[in-house]
This record gives sequence, C-alpha cells and structure tokens, in this order.
Amino acid sequence: MEFRRSMSTPSPKGQLTRDEVAHLAHLSRLAVSDEELDLFAGQLAAVLDAVAQVGKADVADVPPTTHAVPMTNVMRPDVVRPSLPRDVVLDGAPAAEDDRFRVPRILGEEA
Amino acid sequence: MSDVTATDITTTSAAALGEALRAGELSSVEVTRAYLDRIQAEDATIGAYLHVDAEAALRAAEQVDAARAKGEELGPLAGVPLALKDVVVTEGVPTTSGSKILEGWRPPYDATVAARLKAAGTVLLGKTNMDEFAMGSSTENSAYRVTRNPWDTDRIPGGSSGGSSAAVAAGLAPWAIGTDTGGSIRQPAAVTGLVGHKPTYGSVSRSGLIAFSSSLDQAGPMTRTVLDAALLHEAIGGHDPLDSTSIDAPVPVLAEAARRGAGGDLSGLRVGVVTELGGDGHTDGYEPGVLARVAEAVALLEGMGAEVRQVSCPAFDLALPAYYLIAPSEASSNLARFDGVRYGLRVGDDGSRDLDEVMALTREQGFGHEVKRRIILGTYALSSGYYDAYYGQAQKVRTLITRDFTSAWDDVDVLVSPTSPTVAWPIGARVDDPIAMYAADLCTLPASLAGIPAISVPCGLSEGLPVGFQIMAPALADDRCYRVAAALEAAQDAARGHALLDAIGGRA
Repeated sequence: MEFRRSMSTPSPKGQLTRDEVAHLAHLSRLAVSDEELDLFAGQLAAVLDAVAQVGKADVADVPPTTHAVPMTNVMRPDVVRPSLPRDVVLDGAPAAEDDRFRVPRILGEEA
Repeated sequence: MSDVTATDITTTSAAALGEALRAGELSSVEVTRAYLDRIQAEDATIGAYLHVDAEAALRAAEQVDAARAKGEELGPLAGVPLALKDVVVTEGVPTTSGSKILEGWRPPYDATVAARLKAAGTVLLGKTNMDEFAMGSSTENSAYRVTRNPWDTDRIPGGSSGGSSAAVAAGLAPWAIGTDTGGSIRQPAAVTGLVGHKPTYGSVSRSGLIAFSSSLDQAGPMTRTVLDAALLHEAIGGHDPLDSTSIDAPVPVLAEAARRGAGGDLSGLRVGVVTELGGDGHTDGYEPGVLARVAEAVALLEGMGAEVRQVSCPAFDLALPAYYLIAPSEASSNLARFDGVRYGLRVGDDGSRDLDEVMALTREQGFGHEVKRRIILGTYALSSGYYDAYYGQAQKVRTLITRDFTSAWDDVDVLVSPTSPTVAWPIGARVDDPIAMYAADLCTLPASLAGIPAISVPCGLSEGLPVGFQIMAPALADDRCYRVAAALEAAQDAARGHALLDAIGGRA
C-alpha cells in the first residue's frame, strides 16, 4: 500500500512533510484543511524531534510496559444482564430509523 | 440559618460542611444555594463550569435534608455539593469532554465515580470545563470557554482539569473530581493552591470516564484540604467489576492517614528528593521561586523528623518523550469511537457522501487542533516502519522509569519534587507552542507512567502565585501521600496563621 512505500523508511529528523501529514490525517479519518496541514506539519516536526529522544535510551533486553498494573485476564460468570434500553441509546444518536442507527451508505453505487 | 455566613460556606472545607450538616447547623439546601449564588455571581468571569443545573441541585439537596429530617442513616458526605469534570459521564446530564463532537449529548448511564458520589448523597452542582478530551495543561484547548485562575484572572488555571481547579479555588464548589493522565489533577491543583491526588492506577474505576489514554487515566480528588481529598478519594475508590483494569484490593484507609499526618510527627519516614526533577544539574525550565518553596517544604519535613536524602532516577529525563508517544498512540485508538454513528455530531450526511467522507468531515469539525495533532502523531507512532522506533521504544523507556521507582523504594518511603516547574502562566502564552505546553508536565509524568500514586499539596507562593509540592509513593500506598501532605499542610498553616487559599484576593 502507498503508505508503506512512502513511510517505511523514517524521514530525516524533523522532516515530517506536509504530504505525510495529509496521508496520516486521511488514515485517521480527519478531513484537515490546507491551513491545518501547514500548521501541523511544522508543529508535528518539532514534536517528533522532541519525542525522538526516546531513542537515546539503552533498552537492550528491556521488556516493554504496556500497562502499569500487571494483569493476566479477568473472568466473570457468563450470565445475561440487562443492557441499556434501546430507545435511550438511540436518543443520543445523530440519526436513527426503525430502532436502529441510520448510517450513510458504505458501498459504492455499483456494488 | 445558623450563624455560619454564606462566605464561610464557600470558603470552608468540605469536611467541615459535612460536620455542620450532620449536626443540623446547616441544611444541604442552604449550602447548595450559597454555592449556586456564588456561581451565578462569579462564573461569568472565572469560566469554571460548562453546565450548571440549579434546580436539579436544589432538588437533590432537598432530598438529603428530608432524609436527614426523617432520621435516616446518612454517610459523612451526604448533602455536600460537588463538581465533576466534564469527562465523567452523568446520566441525563450533558457531558462533552470539552469537545464540540459531543455537544448536546446526554449520556444514558452514570460513570462508576458519579454513581458512587450520588449514592453517598453528594449534590451535583455542575460539570467543569477542561481541555478537549483532557489533552492540555491550561484548559485553553476547551472547545467552549476560557477558564481563569482565581489568583490572577489573566492566568491559566492549569489543565486539563482547570474547570475543577478554578471552581474549588474560587469558592464555586467545595471540592471537585478531576482526572489525571499525565498530571491533569496535580498540575491544576498546584497552580491554584489546591490539594490534588492521582490515585494508584486501577484503584479508582475508569468505567464511564471518556477515555484518553487507557493505560494512564485515573480520576481523583481536587480539594481545599488534604483531609477533604482523603474523604473524597475513599468515596470513589475500590474495586469495580465494570472496569477490567480495576484492582481487587480494599481502599486504603486515607482519612485516618491524613489525620495522623496532621499531628506532625514524621520520625522514621525516609524521604527522597528526586535529582532529575529540579535538582542539581536539572534546573532548566524551573523557576527559582518554585525551587525555593520546594526546598523550604523539604526542610519542614526534616524538621518533623523525616530523614531526607537525594535520589537519582536517570530514566525520568525521558519521561516526557515517552509519554508524548504513548498517550497520543492510545488516544488515536480511543478516539476512533467518535465516528458520527452512535452519539454526538454528524456532519455532511446529505445523501451524496459515503460513510468514510461523513466520518472525516465530522471529525474535522468536531475535534480541535490539539486533539487532531495527537491523533496524527499517535497514528504515526503506531504505523508500520515507525512502531519499533517510537511506540515500542517508549514502552521500554516506561519500563526503565518503573525500575527507577522500584529501586528507589529500597531506600525511601516517598519521593518528592515540585509538581510543576513554574507557577501559572499568562493566558495565551503557550497556545501556539505545543512543546512549551507539554513541558508543564515534566514533574508529573514519571508517576503517571509507573501507575503509582502522587499528590500535590500547596507549599507557598512565588510572585504571589501558588506553588505545588509533589509526594509520590509506591503502588497502593496512597495513604503515605496523604500522611506526608497533611503534615506539611498543618506545619505551613500553623506558621502562616491561615490556609494558603485564604490569601486569594486578599481575604486573609
């Protein structure tokens, strides 16, 4: 995919380009404006420069921490419990129809 | 009404209000009305609240008064009003997390924190302003309004729980709930002269807190006194089956620790001063006035019998870069739920656009700049080819930070530092410079990444503005934070002749 090709090699330090920001925004489902692209490209380059300092740490043989509390799994009895009333949940939806969330079309015309 | 004046009601501790209510010296309606009147008079200037429902608050207060009149057994918090940060979902009460994407949303359920406080008989005054999705250190990233620091209304109240800090400091709530991901309870408490505690990760339920960074988020108290913080923490703490990361351990006895600490005897307590947080060779970015107040606080602890030594935690130097990779990465995933389908805003659904386009337009209009920056940064840090160098590396640095704490606990019982490198800065000073904004979290991030408890307690003024002193303890030893903070608070109040907060607006 195009993203892999364009980004599989890290850009030089502080070189997050406007195009890369646009592509990341697209992947994040953000329709950013041209002005935002200009603003973010500069700011994110500075932020990346700062966070890249994590590379200075010697982490050979150091395991990652994903979570502060060491936990394996949490089990509970598999019993039916009441869920939220449907009308209450749908009240908060931007659009509802026939007791369901109404969404814009997902497939193209020809599908 | 008793001889307690309205000003007393809005400046006294929540614990004292609770006692006055229990003794029948005050009614909950009187207390609630005093706060509502003050909100009415002051909040146009302070900007602490996003939502206040005076009628609902008075109704809840009447119910508590009626129950008390009937002789029902009520808890120690019953009838005391409170404010909740708008990240805490509340059934039927608008909840936005400071974002336009949730404008007008009324959640169908209560967060566990909200439910427990309701069951304890507290009266909800309203929901407080915050940086959008808790991303920020000044509350300027709120999509709704500016919140001002009651000590100097041209300055920020800290963030992201800046509505809560401003409300309590200004007497618009006796106490409040905040949330802390990288310092969002402690830093706003520090810059407004309050006590703020981030509990051990997993010891307060996250169920119903709108998620920012799930491995870091914790709710906790923001109060005028250490004892108040302990009482509020006890009310919200404890295991919750609705949060799978909730620790199944009893809530430590915190109010008792605070009362014991106020006695002023710290003999035998081993205190470590963290070199990397404002110590020799690490003073860049720290204001001299902050370091001076912190040194005085350390001397006070020593005077009460504590053994003080310097402790080096070298990995703390990388806490800031590690945090600003881990938190945005988790945020980019958590905020995917705001897709314009199930709740909140939907933009551009005119029949001509497909789901992806509607989603992108909705998120473009619904999110502010800082949220977008973090989503983009997080997406980048998690992407193929960058994962190992950024997110993976940050998680390993997180391990190193935890190890620094673990080895420190061999030698000391608590670690101390400034809470924030600076006092409150002028509104607008850092809005265009994310790096400068992130630097506000320098001292609070290590405890967040390690999941340990940390409290901020006032330790005096620098240039007329409050300075916070941070006390960190091992996981589940939150009681140590309260004990040491209470000792410091009592010693300072005795020396000063009044509480620090009484100095706001020349009240003292």
